[in-house]
Amino acid sequence: MTDIVSLAQYALSPKQEAPAAPQTKGLVLVDLTPRARTSHLSAAWQVWRGRLLRVGSPLAILLVWQIASGFGFVAPEVLPSPLDIIAAFRELIAMGDLQSALPVSLYRSLSGLAIGGTIGLTIGLFAGLWRVGEEIFDAPLQMLRTIPFIALVPLFITWFGIDESAKIVVIVAATIFPMYLNTYAGVRGVDPKLTEAAKVFGLDARQTTLHVILPTALPSILLGLRYAAGVALLALVVAEQINARSGIGYILNNANMNQRSDIIVAGIIVYAVLGIATDLVMRVIERIALPWRPKLALA
Amino acid sequence: MPLPDQRASFARPAAPAAVLLKDVSRSFADRAVLDQINLTIRPGEFVAVLGPSGTGKTTLLRLLAGLDQVDAGSIIVPAVRSVVFQEPRLVPAKRVWENVVLGRRGAAARARAGTALTEVGLAGHADAWPSTLSGGEAQRVALARALVREPGLLLLDEPFAALDALTRIKMHDLVLQLWQRHHPAVVLVTHDVDEAILLADRILVLSNGAIGVELPVGLSKPRDRADPLFAALRAQLLAELGVGASTAAH
Ligand SMILES: Nc1ncnc2c1ncn2[C@@H]1O[C@H](COP(=O)(O)OP(=O)(O)O)[C@@H](O)[C@H]1O
Ligand SMILES: [Mg+2]
Repeated sequence: MTDIVSLAQYALSPKQEAPAAPQTKGLVLVDLTPRARTSHLSAAWQVWRGRLLRVGSPLAILLVWQIASGFGFVAPEVLPSPLDIIAAFRELIAMGDLQSALPVSLYRSLSGLAIGGTIGLTIGLFAGLWRVGEEIFDAPLQMLRTIPFIALVPLFITWFGIDESAKIVVIVAATIFPMYLNTYAGVRGVDPKLTEAAKVFGLDARQTTLHVILPTALPSILLGLRYAAGVALLALVVAEQINARSGIGYILNNANMNQRSDIIVAGIIVYAVLGIATDLVMRVIERIALPWRPKLALA
Repeated sequence: MPLPDQRASFARPAAPAAVLLKDVSRSFADRAVLDQINLTIRPGEFVAVLGPSGTGKTTLLRLLAGLDQVDAGSIIVPAVRSVVFQEPRLVPAKRVWENVVLGRRGAAARARAGTALTEVGLAGHADAWPSTLSGGEAQRVALARALVREPGLLLLDEPFAALDALTRIKMHDLVLQLWQRHHPAVVLVTHDVDEAILLADRILVLSNGAIGVELPVGLSKPRDRADPLFAALRAQLLAELGVGASTAAH
């Protein structure tokens, strides 16, 4: 009884400067009283410190990089300075190279993603919804997916030559699997208790698919799309190594032959920006298509 | 003395049956979970099924729902049946009202869902997503979804087992109200003896694959737990379930 009273007094006296937890007959107590709230000012400082550091630390790296290049610590042929890279971008834009390359590369990756994604989605739905579909497609696709698609590039070149279609086929081949696997898993992952409830309430197979299975599997399908979009970019980089006469890969190849490391880095940055843009677009699509999902803070 | 049950008038032998089970058997792996069950339920009758877990209560309910087939015997049930499962089983990607009229769309469906949700006190949640509901609210949506179809037979499989005690009491009142308004035949599976006595016209105790005891509850609804007859029934049922009244007091 006295223990409880002393504990209560202890908890109600915030003035005490965090005394050691009182120990009574081997009973160890801990102080869970919330510490004095951080002041408004220091909270604001914490927020701004976070923002400043987030922006500041990459800037600092760029600055160190620039200074190191400026003093000649790093040879420009090895790694050009940030200012050189900016100049390379200027050059690419002034010559119109970037403007003509971007649409070509985007078209390759998007058409490959569209074709491969559609194939993966269709087979995934077929295998997920119908047993016979699973029996036909699952084993072969599970076997094929273990092949790194890059290993198939020489084969595609012998089949499709070195023109545009070979590039798109590489992207198609790469995107089918993430789309298939996630669609299939999403459809199969729908809780049978939900489909059973649908059956009780008189929904036929078509209605159950439309109103229960597909909406519930959609997060997984969109995850597949997100993976596929990422892989499409990867496959684009690989595909554009095949005798590119246009696109970002062409810029990189040219720069490589002319030993222009500044343009090479600029081209890599373009790929990186495409990757970030892809991810942002996918997040927006998920936000819009899945309004029922609890939103993650600042996702 | 308690008043005679108003529903007792349904006990006429000539009354048509809503549910007719004749020598129904169902086995799993050669073990007869249900062994030649015979059961008749009148339209609008509220039947509770008690029994320790693993005695085939859910199996019986699934047979009645049409989710499972009998191995032997015949089973006749109303064409329109609804189930409230132990879990709400709402489609997370559909709004509450869409779940209530699952599979149907349009303004008429929406209006029907609205009426049903009003009945369970959730009119304001029609456009909410299921993930934002509490356990009790989700289960009330499941009730609305079951009743919107105006079923001839309503099947409840321990629908309140996962709810807290206070919510459960509110749900009992709600179920009683809804039953009095829509008057479907009801089979309520439960392991809560008080719940069975509060709600049912008749209580069946299932044991060893057979209906061990059939007990009509001759108390008028709503019922009072403090009623001495209530206590007597409870003691009798607990003894039937192999639990001494003293050990089960809670
Ligand atoms: N689909 C099934 N396959 C095999 N055994 C089952 C199946 N469904 C139920 N059983 C068995 O039947 C018995 C009764 O189960 P159930 O009806 O769920 O009991 P209760 O609902 O009374 O707890 C259990 O022993 C269970 O293991
Ligand atoms: Mg059960």
